[in-house]
Amino acid sequence: MSETLTALARFGVDEPALQETLGAIMGRDVDDADLYFEHVESEGLSLEEGIVKKASRSVHQGVGVRAVAGDRTGYAHSDEIDGARLLEAAQAARAIARQGGSQRSVAIAGSGKTHDLYPVTDHAVDEPLEAKLGLLERIDRAARAVDPRIQQVMASFASERKTVAIVTADGRVVVDERPLTRLNVTCIAVDGKNRQVGSAGGGGRNAFSFFLEADRWQEYVEEAARRAVLNLSAVDSPAGEMDVVLGPGWPGILLHEAIGHGLEGDFNRKGTSAFSGMVGRQVASPLVTVVDDGTIASRRGSLNVDDEGTPTQRTVLIEDGILKGYLQDRTNARLMGVAPTGNGRRESYAHVPMPRMTNTFMLAGEQDPADIIRGVKRGIYAVAFGGGQVDITSGKFTFTGSEAYLIEDGQVTKPIKGATFIGNGPEVLKQVTAVGNDLQLDRGVGTCGKEGQSVPVGVGLPTIRINGLTVGGVAV
Amino acid sequence: MTKDVTEDRQALLQHVLDTAKRHGATAADALFVSGRSTEVRVRLGETEQVKQSRSKGVGLRVFVGSRSATTSSSDLSKASLEDLIARTVAAARVTAEDPAARLPDAALYADEPPGDLELFDERLLSLDAETAIEMARACEDAARSADPRVTNSEGGDMSWGVSETHFANTLGVYRVKRGGSVGLWTTPLVEAEGVKERDYWYTSARYLADLASPESVGREATRRALRRLGARKPKTCQVPIIFEAPVASRLLGALAGAVCGGAVYRNASYLAGLVGERIAAPEVTIVDNPHIKRGPASKPFDGEGLATSQTVVVEGGVLKSYLLDTYSAAKLGLQTTRNASRGLAGTPSASPTNLWMQPGQASLEELIADVKQGLLVTELIGFGVNAITGDYSQGASGLWIENGQIAYPVSELTIASTLPEMWRTLDGIGSDRDPHRSVSAPSLRIAKMTVAGS
Repeated sequence: MSETLTALARFGVDEPALQETLGAIMGRDVDDADLYFEHVESEGLSLEEGIVKKASRSVHQGVGVRAVAGDRTGYAHSDEIDGARLLEAAQAARAIARQGGSQRSVAIAGSGKTHDLYPVTDHAVDEPLEAKLGLLERIDRAARAVDPRIQQVMASFASERKTVAIVTADGRVVVDERPLTRLNVTCIAVDGKNRQVGSAGGGGRNAFSFFLEADRWQEYVEEAARRAVLNLSAVDSPAGEMDVVLGPGWPGILLHEAIGHGLEGDFNRKGTSAFSGMVGRQVASPLVTVVDDGTIASRRGSLNVDDEGTPTQRTVLIEDGILKGYLQDRTNARLMGVAPTGNGRRESYAHVPMPRMTNTFMLAGEQDPADIIRGVKRGIYAVAFGGGQVDITSGKFTFTGSEAYLIEDGQVTKPIKGATFIGNGPEVLKQVTAVGNDLQLDRGVGTCGKEGQSVPVGVGLPTIRINGLTVGGVAV
Repeated sequence: MTKDVTEDRQALLQHVLDTAKRHGATAADALFVSGRSTEVRVRLGETEQVKQSRSKGVGLRVFVGSRSATTSSSDLSKASLEDLIARTVAAARVTAEDPAARLPDAALYADEPPGDLELFDERLLSLDAETAIEMARACEDAARSADPRVTNSEGGDMSWGVSETHFANTLGVYRVKRGGSVGLWTTPLVEAEGVKERDYWYTSARYLADLASPESVGREATRRALRRLGARKPKTCQVPIIFEAPVASRLLGALAGAVCGGAVYRNASYLAGLVGERIAAPEVTIVDNPHIKRGPASKPFDGEGLATSQTVVVEGGVLKSYLLDTYSAAKLGLQTTRNASRGLAGTPSASPTNLWMQPGQASLEELIADVKQGLLVTELIGFGVNAITGDYSQGASGLWIENGQIAYPVSELTIASTLPEMWRTLDGIGSDRDPHRSVSAPSLRIAKMTVAGS
């Protein structure tokens, strides 16, 4: 309790001001409300042409005040945090949600945090600049040493410390300090007129030392450089329906696009998702079990509590092919008569929370990945992807390959140029015919966009085979 | 806006620049941006959400010789700014020497920004949530009542906002601009034979009075959703492809990315080194014009405080110029085209303003009429455009064309080619460009692309 009040003091708010603000929002006719205080200190460093050219540092803070009545939401936010502004925002939010009604008093209670998933004490954002600049320079040298055709190296390191204090309608105050780091390496390889790009990177809710441990940064460098050089010899991708083997890890973006968004509670409450009303139905092959888990230590998509103060959890979305449930925030859970799942997230204090994914992945199966590839006569083996997108109503989704190969007679052969894959969410997982024993989570590079709000997420996948996915190449 | 407020902001920026110099900066430029906006959403006739936003902040770029660093903050207390500025100058001292990093030449500021571009509508200040809710409701109602197959809705939305930007640098330049915008859109769902589809339509403008009527927007949204019903998956083939104007603008957006200075000097653009070369069919002319009255991306001065100017990017199919800021121009040995764009955080970088492709003579119907077998693309999804290599492979849906007529809708397909090939083999330009978009192309027909389906 004293810890949370100390944290609130940094926002210049005391207990009486909170009680007054919450009291002004809550009335008989208001179902839910919260205050979300946020302070973010962030730093971005980037290197290109062998030198660190950009260093930027920002400090942003503010408060968002929300009142919810039925399915109406009033939201007001401000970057000035003081008692008067809070009250003004509270009145605005309440007026929007519903007029009239009596005020009620709310006592401020203790913390509701149950996890401690990222106990970082030495934040990367506080690390001396020289150490971070030194790493970027080593990355540049290492990447150029991989192959003389690497002609451009771009490396960036981003870090932030976000401190949030969430005051819920029942007077709970939850404080969470969230580190986030990301190291990215992009190489451009040139051979005559042929110019190709390769990227790799990683990060999470961890300290700067994470990147030096086990030479992680070198892995990123080698992968980015190798991918750029590999793509120099890539052939045109074939076009049409094919059997596709997805490698482990980041290709889990398939799950995020094909089914994850469609299982978010808001779309399902409104009946606008291709998955609306399908709980209990077979939506995937019996080999497939998919979970969303916000409780994995240090992962980019993990949170101790979501942005509404609900502890995160592991939610089974699909079990042995059967649709089990949706991802919920407080509002949609209340309106659908279910419990929130700790998936109420927002980009910042300037955004209204909504159901979002955390770390979404498929559980491992039993097959040897090498056997899965050997079983394909002619198809595609895709191990890395760029972005993806989904139309949650029709269920159509796409994602674009950044490292992929032809499979011919059970052997991985030529690399192919960036092909886009397209499929139908409620159908594609029924076409899964093999699941490998090699589940991997991605390295911590995912950012998910929804209604203009970006949040960090994770994905994961074992090697899987999908029969008959449409591959969008140029070669007929 | 009163005179006092202006002077206040000017004084704040002067304080920021002075503080930077006191800590050892040899040059600097700074922005103050403040804004107010409101968004309302009505769903199935009921108000679902009202959101009010206020923001303000300072952005600063400092130089210590040819080293630089940037910072931004929404905490404008003197103590906090002092600390942040000190840290930023210290950061600049440890970044590398970069001879291209500098403020624009002082002589370039002799050009005065253009007069009133009509970017700020006073009426937006007094627009209230109730009026906006009524307009959003009318828009959604029109969509819902347009056809019995509309079974659901993601709502009718309206948003509007105003902002004010003050710019100052250590060359003694100080400039102010104001702007506003308003948008109205709706997203109906339609259903037939157990299949759901959705689409949206919108109107946006600088001035409230320039919005299309809520009813026309609603009806168009439903028309667009209905035409997707009953979609089939086409066979894999190579055919002519027509991009309907809204998606053609995305194709132009890919070209826009490839002509911006940042991509060009990094050699991360398929158009790097091609100024003076033919890069598109001879009918293609593309101009970046920041001075269009009430234009969505019009601006009197750029992110470095330079008076903006018009740039011909492509003329007669020949690449004439890149879009540059001071840094990318210096890297390429060229002059800035005054296209620096800048948020509060980070360094300026070149980006287009109103990048408009000149329309042709043909109506969309006429473009379709010449096609024996082909595809009219009405939606693109995904990120399969690579501006570095020029490779193009996008998820799409649209309408199949047979013998010059729309035959049936198609979906779950991709279209693929390369950007250079597509622009070179462009063989039809529509007359239908959308003036509401900042990057805006008319409907375009490409002679042949690969369609991947079943």
